[in-house]
Amino acid sequence: MKKSKILMIIGSLLLLGLFVFPLWNITLEAPQYPTPLGMDIHINKFTDTHEFDIKNINLMNHYVGMQYIPETIPEFKIFPLVIGFMVILGVVIGLIGKHKLFLFWFVLMSLLGMAGLYDFYLWEYDYGHNLDPKAIMNFKNPDGSVMGFQPPLFGTKDILNFKAHSYPRLGAYFMFLGMLLTVVAFFIGKTEAKTK
Amino acid sequence: MKTIFKSLLAITVVSLVLSSCGNEGSSKKGALSSSAAEKVYVAPGEHDEFYAFVSGGFSGQLAVYGLPSGRLFKVIPVFSVDAEKAYGFNEETKPMLNTSHGFIPWDDSHHPDISQTNGELDGRYVFINGNNTPRIAKIDLTTFETTEIIEVPNSAGNHSSSFVTENTEYVVAGTRFSIPYPQKDMPINEYKGNFKGALTFISVNPEDGRMDIKFQLMMPGFNYDLSHPGRGDSHGWFFFSTYNTEEANSLLEVNASQNDKDFIAAINWKKIEEYVNNGGGTKAPANYAHNVYDEHTHTATSTMKKEVLIVNPSEVPGAIYFMPTPKSPHGCDVDPSGEYIVGSGKLAAELTIHSFSKMIKAIEEEKFDGEAYGIPILQYEATLAGAVKQPGLGPLHTEFDGQGNAYTTFFISSEVVKWKLGTWEVIDRKPTYYSVGHLMIPGGNSRKPFGKYVLAMNKITKDRYLPTGPEVTQSAQLYDITGEKMELLLDFPVIGEPHYAAGIPADLIKVNSKKIFRLEENKHEYVTKTEAEAKVVRNGNQVHIYMTMIRSHFAPDNIEGIQVGDEVFFHVTNLEQDYDVPHGIAMIGAQTSELLIMPGQTETFKWFPKQVGVWPFYCTDFCSALHQEMQGYVRVSPKGSNVPITFTLDGDAVDAE
Repeated sequence: MKKSKILMIIGSLLLLGLFVFPLWNITLEAPQYPTPLGMDIHINKFTDTHEFDIKNINLMNHYVGMQYIPETIPEFKIFPLVIGFMVILGVVIGLIGKHKLFLFWFVLMSLLGMAGLYDFYLWEYDYGHNLDPKAIMNFKNPDGSVMGFQPPLFGTKDILNFKAHSYPRLGAYFMFLGMLLTVVAFFIGKTEAKTK
Repeated sequence: MKTIFKSLLAITVVSLVLSSCGNEGSSKKGALSSSAAEKVYVAPGEHDEFYAFVSGGFSGQLAVYGLPSGRLFKVIPVFSVDAEKAYGFNEETKPMLNTSHGFIPWDDSHHPDISQTNGELDGRYVFINGNNTPRIAKIDLTTFETTEIIEVPNSAGNHSSSFVTENTEYVVAGTRFSIPYPQKDMPINEYKGNFKGALTFISVNPEDGRMDIKFQLMMPGFNYDLSHPGRGDSHGWFFFSTYNTEEANSLLEVNASQNDKDFIAAINWKKIEEYVNNGGGTKAPANYAHNVYDEHTHTATSTMKKEVLIVNPSEVPGAIYFMPTPKSPHGCDVDPSGEYIVGSGKLAAELTIHSFSKMIKAIEEEKFDGEAYGIPILQYEATLAGAVKQPGLGPLHTEFDGQGNAYTTFFISSEVVKWKLGTWEVIDRKPTYYSVGHLMIPGGNSRKPFGKYVLAMNKITKDRYLPTGPEVTQSAQLYDITGEKMELLLDFPVIGEPHYAAGIPADLIKVNSKKIFRLEENKHEYVTKTEAEAKVVRNGNQVHIYMTMIRSHFAPDNIEGIQVGDEVFFHVTNLEQDYDVPHGIAMIGAQTSELLIMPGQTETFKWFPKQVGVWPFYCTDFCSALHQEMQGYVRVSPKGSNVPITFTLDGDAVDAE
């Protein structure tokens, strides 16, 4: 089998890592939490970094009127289907072996990824801004607007007494590596097509 | 006259020399004390190297300190009620203090000992004896809570306790007072020959640590002071010091100090165990409490046991011997190898060391010097390994550093003396401030001591600290024993009377320390696992309130329909599952303590409302930023009122079931 085909198949199979490992993680540090509170985001569930972390994040957040982190969200049904479909599609494309299709797969995956990220941002925004009007504590920005508590999409941000970290986890690295391999597969496939 | 003048001059010169020596000493001490400060300094946020479990003596409790800092972390309630933790006040722990004499709110806690495996500390449990109303308690070192107390029948002044055998097969409880057996109405002065001294062997289940009296050995009517297990070759034997072998029943300070030698009793418990396992011994009626606290129901139960197995020494020949030991020995301490048994004759001029191998040889060769109540007395010289000559006054207790050295406290001369096993020479002596009782080296009563520090526990401090009226603190003193000479590092006040201690490297325990109780595993009869399940139930004049607490409110927090004359139970569950977030609760006029409830735990207090009105309750532990808002009201109506039971949170009313 041609090298490009193998890479394309491996690349798309690496997405399966998302079913095993978390995609993203949000960690909250504060002086009275020597062991920080953390939440892992999988494609199909939220999990505690340490047992009861989500419960304790909810407890902290209720002071400023934030909603509880839901048990489940609609995305948890959609994401696994989309990823599963992309894995099968990638393998099929790999077997067909047309390098232009490799690029098509990569572009499609990138668009889906961006859509996912945008969806995540919308959820985060709502989570950080849709505050209970009876919230125990209200904070205003210097310009007089209501202070939001949205965690960063990527990176680290100070939110009151907490330092919030938001970074990809192992599942995401599997996905990035897989996508990278499909691009490599495209270029190798292109060279292979020329040398034929 | 001239000679008098000369000798006066001589005295002056000598005292000048001495005092200059003293000055030199104190200037040296100044240099040393700066390094001593460094040695005991544990920086903020750092952890101590050792846990020290120091009994509270007449406080009845067990205090947990860190070494080398001497910082107090927790006072574990064991035999005395503790309003702070509701121990003995809440409905869950009241059964822990039940005895054949009923509920006893206090005792005198003496000798903690840490469980062992293969003769080394394993850090699972601490055992400790209640001296006054004889009991043995077990503290679980995952929760640092008392989880079991067993009463010891036929005993009085449970003092030669609670020491464990090499694999924690048994925890041993010996009686200080001999008493009539069975108890009966008889003239006190007929003591001699009629009173008995029970030595009790309590088995410890290797799986769950459950205690059970295996047998009681009915010894002659002496006083049994302290005891220690054999180890290594002497594993299978237990040694008890005795005094009052005179069997006096009055003015013991004189009448029990007449014999030149008392005994150390050597008991081959393996042999007696075998005898008992083969059906030996006599089942005798008894009445004693066995109290067990269950971590899942968060509730203690007390069971009265009605039978105990009695073994008389004459039934098991060859299992018990007496080793003569000078002058009312207190400590009988076994070195890490198990070969030497150190007898501290309280009134003797020297320390007596018996040899286990010589004892076995003397038994084989029947080197006896008569018998006492049928128990062979070994010849003094035949078991003697050696003696430490002129060591000090009032020897009390010896522990070992594992490097071949022993450290003995001297109560009367207020000092700790270091001496060498085998050569019996004194290496160093250091004063204590003042009147030292027991001392402790972490693991010093095991095969593997951690010979870095010795902790001396003093009964008297007089001028050592800022005065606090007639009653001043007792103290502990920490010495560095890593060098040839001991060095006093630290002097710290303690709770109660620091009677005895057991120490252990922190690493053996701290990883197992629980952070929370899991709410899903809570099997309390009156648990409320969610706010939705909170309720108030009337049953005649009993009202059960199923209440929850979480930052920062109670559910329910408004309760109506309570009447004067009701018996109101607050069953309160802490719904938190985060480390170090306890909540407390206290009700105005409740004739009991607060509750202090750990995450995932349920506790209960009772309230008898006596006055009509609206009465508040609130959280007593500063739990959160809105702790002060964590409060509620109970409306109390006259007896027979038609105000229905209602309970609400934030106006969300639900009718009673």
